[in-house]
Amino acid sequence: MPKLTIDGIELEVAPGTSVLQACEQLGIEVPRFCYHEKLSVPANCRMCLVEMEKAPKPIASCAMPCGEGMVIKTDTDTVHKARKGVMEFLLINHPLDCPICDQGGECDLQDQAVGYGFDRGRYGEEKRAVKDKNLGPLIKTIMTRCIHCTRCIRFSDEIAGVSVMGATGRGEHMEIGTYVEAAVSSELSGNLVDVCPVGALTSKPYAFTARPWELRKTESVDVLDAVGSNIRIDTRGGEVLRILPRLNEAVNEEWISDKTRYAHDGLKRQRLDRPYIRENGKLRAASWEEALALTAAKLKGAAPEKIAAIAGDLADAESLLALKDLLGGMGVASLESRQDGSAIDAASRAGYIFNSTIAGIEQADQILLIGTNPRWEGALVNARIRKRYLQGGLTVTVLGPRVDLTFPIEHLGNDATLLNAIADGSHPYAETLKAAKKPLLILGSGALARPDGAAVWAAARAVAEACGLVREDWNGFNVLHRAASRVGALDLGFLPAKGGRDLAGILDGARKGEVEVVYLLGADEIDAQNFGRAFVIYQGHHGDRGAHRADVILPGAAYTEKNATYVNTEGRAQHTRQATFPVGEAREDWKIIRALSGALGKPLPYDTLQQLRKRLADANPVFAQVDRVTPAAWGAFGTAGAVAAAPFTLPVENFYMTDAISRASATMAECTEAFVSPAVAERTGTHG
Amino acid sequence: MSASETPAGPATFEFTADNLALAQRIIAKYPEGRQASAVMPLLDLAQRQHDNWLPRAAMDYVAGMLGMAPIRVYEVASFYTMYNLKPVGKHFVQVCTTTPCWLRGSDEVLAACKRKLGIGPGETTADGQFTVVEVECAGACVNAPVISLNDVYYEDLDGPSTEALLDTLIRGETPKPGPQNGRINSAPIGGPTTLTEMAQRNGVKPASQE
Ligand code: SF4
Ligand code: FES
Ligand code: FES
Repeated sequence: MPKLTIDGIELEVAPGTSVLQACEQLGIEVPRFCYHEKLSVPANCRMCLVEMEKAPKPIASCAMPCGEGMVIKTDTDTVHKARKGVMEFLLINHPLDCPICDQGGECDLQDQAVGYGFDRGRYGEEKRAVKDKNLGPLIKTIMTRCIHCTRCIRFSDEIAGVSVMGATGRGEHMEIGTYVEAAVSSELSGNLVDVCPVGALTSKPYAFTARPWELRKTESVDVLDAVGSNIRIDTRGGEVLRILPRLNEAVNEEWISDKTRYAHDGLKRQRLDRPYIRENGKLRAASWEEALALTAAKLKGAAPEKIAAIAGDLADAESLLALKDLLGGMGVASLESRQDGSAIDAASRAGYIFNSTIAGIEQADQILLIGTNPRWEGALVNARIRKRYLQGGLTVTVLGPRVDLTFPIEHLGNDATLLNAIADGSHPYAETLKAAKKPLLILGSGALARPDGAAVWAAARAVAEACGLVREDWNGFNVLHRAASRVGALDLGFLPAKGGRDLAGILDGARKGEVEVVYLLGADEIDAQNFGRAFVIYQGHHGDRGAHRADVILPGAAYTEKNATYVNTEGRAQHTRQATFPVGEAREDWKIIRALSGALGKPLPYDTLQQLRKRLADANPVFAQVDRVTPAAWGAFGTAGAVAAAPFTLPVENFYMTDAISRASATMAECTEAFVSPAVAERTGTHG
Repeated sequence: MSASETPAGPATFEFTADNLALAQRIIAKYPEGRQASAVMPLLDLAQRQHDNWLPRAAMDYVAGMLGMAPIRVYEVASFYTMYNLKPVGKHFVQVCTTTPCWLRGSDEVLAACKRKLGIGPGETTADGQFTVVEVECAGACVNAPVISLNDVYYEDLDGPSTEALLDTLIRGETPKPGPQNGRINSAPIGGPTTLTEMAQRNGVKPASQE
């Protein structure tokens, strides 16, 4: 533990700490451009210069490890002069176009120029200008502003795992780009905008939209996958203008996926802004009273066995519980939250969550991916695996379709029966798992939605038990969900009660006329034509598949418009916060159900969010543990049986469009066009 | 720099059998896991095979061979000026204009090129025979000014001898490499001034003693 003195203060730091980090520990701010906490250290901008006793010249503090007895000064004339010099050189070729630059107001260069800039230029020669590069539909470039910090190169290399950015040419002719002018094809590309300290890389969809000081910032949580990335929603005048990541080392670190970041323009399109009722085959606008009265009448008019409810992937825990309380109270048993037909159930919590936690991936030395493409099903989980891979000593093995991941893999094949072979030890991979110090498996949600899903689930449990994945201090059994609502729904038991129908049963019943009323709580992933002649109540925020088939529409709120609870794939309960109001006459979802209970004459016993949250915590204590993961006790789950030899198939065909919001997003449509369609065309040979 | 500023070139590139064998010998020089270190000699080999310039297909080929991301190869190829990313003439006339050559008259050499070929630095004649470029110190300052023509050095040039050199090339002949003013290698002009007996024994006339 080296001891050193910074500005007269003595401190002891962990070995390997850089001088810059030590300064940060003391709260001393050191200006920097190229240094980024999560990236390697190139030390090429020289902005972080400090003075070190006995050194003949200032040192780059970001790259200098703390040494025993070092004496550092950060606030001397030499330091200021050195930093001013660096700043002057950086500004020589900079266009100084802050008034028309989108980074204005949140630009490191602008901020640091206030501290270290000169009030006039001394450079009379011609400035250089650099041609802008085409990096695809998400990233706008103004390359003359680039200060060559190389953060973007390091981000794509190290975090995104797609080595496409580089510096070509030399000296004054050096340029940052991809050389081949290809769009950056990575599900994490939007983070380039955040890492770029200047206005060289900015958000294309957000171009010239707002200044940072005009925005209201709301800290919330993403729901477009089951990772639960922490986000900040920036709004102005009731409109979501952009979404940025919020630091949470346990979940998303400081990155978010492109869908999380850019799908919000879908919040403005195809919204259900008022209740509708279907009359003579056509939907007509209706008032809340009418719509609720009709819904109540239909629910009252049918026997409980003839009523079913299906919750969608974006449903929040509050509305799930309210709906369960309401319909359960009426004796309805056919509740379903697994609209992909998954065999998962609430038998044991450890069976349906990501037990090792996302941060726990960093301890694993052997990872088995079963029937999943983590890049598309949980982009930040994949980023964490890559982070672990870069530390060395990790083997990732894939059982399922071969997919292009951002780390090398060993491919076992795509034969689901291998699971049984690994569990009974007849496959050599069992030994590999057993020999690993911290083995971990990730079971894709698609693998559980097969007809033999329950057997796959049980086989995966057998693998975990037989190969030492579950121990006193380590649980390497993980399910990677895609639906933000899934774990919360399982925690609340939003599942068929005794005698109730599951998804297949509901659809079958609807076709046969045995199910007469279907309540869809934002369920959009089911082919709505399957509901036969049943009366369909749709509660949700987008005019997507569910609403198209609905007989009555109760307009709800999207995740940016409500204070709601979601439980991510790790079992971590998190709260979204209301950033804007629901559109038009739409209402927060639990309030709609509360109002419906009134119309039914069976008012639910909560009138405020606080009361409902109390009820949530009573229903399952995990809802009281916000932002935390409570380890789950291991138990039995799945149904032992033969796993079919059928290969695993991947559930996500297009990362950019997986739910009602992203399907309505123009930006996501552009990304599909740019990144997914060409790949599909190539695969199927329909190119050109 | 970006690919759109250079010609597309062929769609594919492959080493000839001989070059492939040579490439494998080059790669084998580097320790296991450090194959990427072979990128520079391999690019040079590819350039030699491909009329003295590197199309994108060749860079991608080398990247594939060494397991590198293509952008890492583009970075190297665009950094070093001796890799040509555009086609060059059959005769690649590299005129050194760094200080020693400049002091000894490299302006004259460039002017002679312009007179004879009608092109300035960075240009190629219409018939694709000649490209003239300015280069930094060619490492032969003792015989300044210097042209390196493809791999061969022509030294101690001035205007007329440069024109004569180019004339020989235009006639399709191969000029004699080395000093163009009668000097032997980098010995003094007019013959050796020391070790004169040895020079005489070797049949070289020493400088006349004044
Ligand atoms: S584009 Fe931005 S991040 Fe990339 S090198 Fe330039 S300034 Fe740095
Ligand atoms: S931050 Fe230290 S050199 Fe850039
Ligand atoms: S300066 Fe021309 S060879 Fe050195």
